Amino acid sequence: MTIPIDVETKHRIVVVLLWLAALVALAVLAFIIAVVLWNGLPAVTLSFLLESPRDMGRAGGIFPMVVSTVAVTLLAVIVAAPLGVGTAIYLTEYTSETALTRVIRFGAECLAGVPSIIFGLFGFIFFVIQLGMGWSVLSGGLTLAVMILPTVMRTAEEAIRAVPESFREASFSTGASRWQTVTQVVLPSALPGIVTGVILGVGRGVGETAAVIFTAGSSLHIPTSIFSPARTMAVHFYILAREGISMRHAYGTAAVLVILILAINTAANWLMLRFQAKQG
Amino acid sequence: MTREFSYSLEAGGRAAESVPSEPKLLVERLSVSYDGVAALRSVNLSIYPNEVLALTGPGGSGKTTLLRTINRLNDRIRSARVTEGRVLLDGEDVYGPDVDAYAIRQRMAMVFALPTPLPKSIFDNVAYGPRVAGIRKMARLREIVERALRDAILWDEVSSRLGDPAMTLSGGQQQRLCIARALAQQPEVLLLDEPCSGLDPISTLKIEDALRKLKEQYTIVLVSHNTQQAARVADRIAFLLMGELVEHGRADQVVTSPADTRTADYFQGRFG
Repeated sequence: MTIPIDVETKHRIVVVLLWLAALVALAVLAFIIAVVLWNGLPAVTLSFLLESPRDMGRAGGIFPMVVSTVAVTLLAVIVAAPLGVGTAIYLTEYTSETALTRVIRFGAECLAGVPSIIFGLFGFIFFVIQLGMGWSVLSGGLTLAVMILPTVMRTAEEAIRAVPESFREASFSTGASRWQTVTQVVLPSALPGIVTGVILGVGRGVGETAAVIFTAGSSLHIPTSIFSPARTMAVHFYILAREGISMRHAYGTAAVLVILILAINTAANWLMLRFQAKQG
Repeated sequence: MTREFSYSLEAGGRAAESVPSEPKLLVERLSVSYDGVAALRSVNLSIYPNEVLALTGPGGSGKTTLLRTINRLNDRIRSARVTEGRVLLDGEDVYGPDVDAYAIRQRMAMVFALPTPLPKSIFDNVAYGPRVAGIRKMARLREIVERALRDAILWDEVSSRLGDPAMTLSGGQQQRLCIARALAQQPEVLLLDEPCSGLDPISTLKIEDALRKLKEQYTIVLVSHNTQQAARVADRIAFLLMGELVEHGRADQVVTSPADTRTADYFQGRFG
């Protein structure tokens, strides 16, 4: 026996269910952010942001961690963005679909699914020990670069593929070379998608703990060069909480981290809107 | 403007002409196939300086393939192969071993069936070709852009908003913008692939007016399945059917007294 329901009622039920799903997803996000900010914001003062930690982080601030986070992530993006976008350009514009391109793509997908602790272990063995870089901004940045590379590459590839073929034909028909077509037409059109991929990578990098704790180290000092050891905010938060040093400062660090990620996303969105308005 | 040809009819209905000038473009026994499927079969065609030649015929007859083979744009299509014959531009084989395909495309500009403005400003669209060719001086670019827009009969409509995105133009304006972009690359030959297929009658009229003027400076090949348009604009008409060149000759002659019954049937609207 099925209960007879008319089409209109069915439609309403579906709409309500979908609406609930969206609401739950949003509520979870809002709840997490609210908890972090609620517990963390009281600790966040100007001196918390601008001072070095004292007594292992029980007192003082997180200035070295902010600097470390920015340094490690920036290095990762500087390395991963050109490599990822370059690979994407090669795959889409310079080669046809072959066994090799499928292997590259499959490899990238596998790499994207590897847990970050594995990257941390790899970075420790390869960059820290084998290449003798030690615990440093350089080791951490390169490890993060390897980790976010597949994301950057795949999103860039999708964005480039989405550029209409007619743009390329129009460009070629004026006598433009492949490289001119890529730089003048394809990349500007694909830029929003490419930037989205890079931002996703930055988000992953900024919040990463496992991959950097083994590679950048956990020094409490401000890194003075890319060869200095560093402690990112995520690592600092982890150590403060894990070793029960100070939950108050752990939450404070987490709040700053969340605000930083929100700020990066907002800034990227704003830049994209401006760029698109200009391009039309 | 009209050039006098004397025609003698050969077997198969092809018109052989004795002409006063060297052909700008000479297509010789050209055969093209996609993945082994023939799209053009041994096509012979001469195109003379400062004429409008209309390539006409029903869909799938090979008009666009012929056009894209002439300027080597079909190099981009991996399945496309020139299996036989050659294309000569000013006597030089376009597919010769030392020939730079990019230079060939620069000399033979193309306008596509649907307007293809690039996601740039109106000015940057028209300046695209010259910039690609290495022209950097702003004064020179401005000069080229204005002239191209005037020749494409678009200048008066856009001169006050050259910085606006090209996508804000109407369909007809976008197509004239594409013609201006083609002109700005300072080509010798203009290849137009159904340039009016998506446009209203007024826009079509404007483009046809532009073409009549442009042939004073360029050699024009116009693909059109529209026989009336071919008759209105072209000096000569070539009729293609299933990859074969059935007939070509002076426009009025092909329209009023075609030599081949298939041409007659097509122009009288019995098929196509």
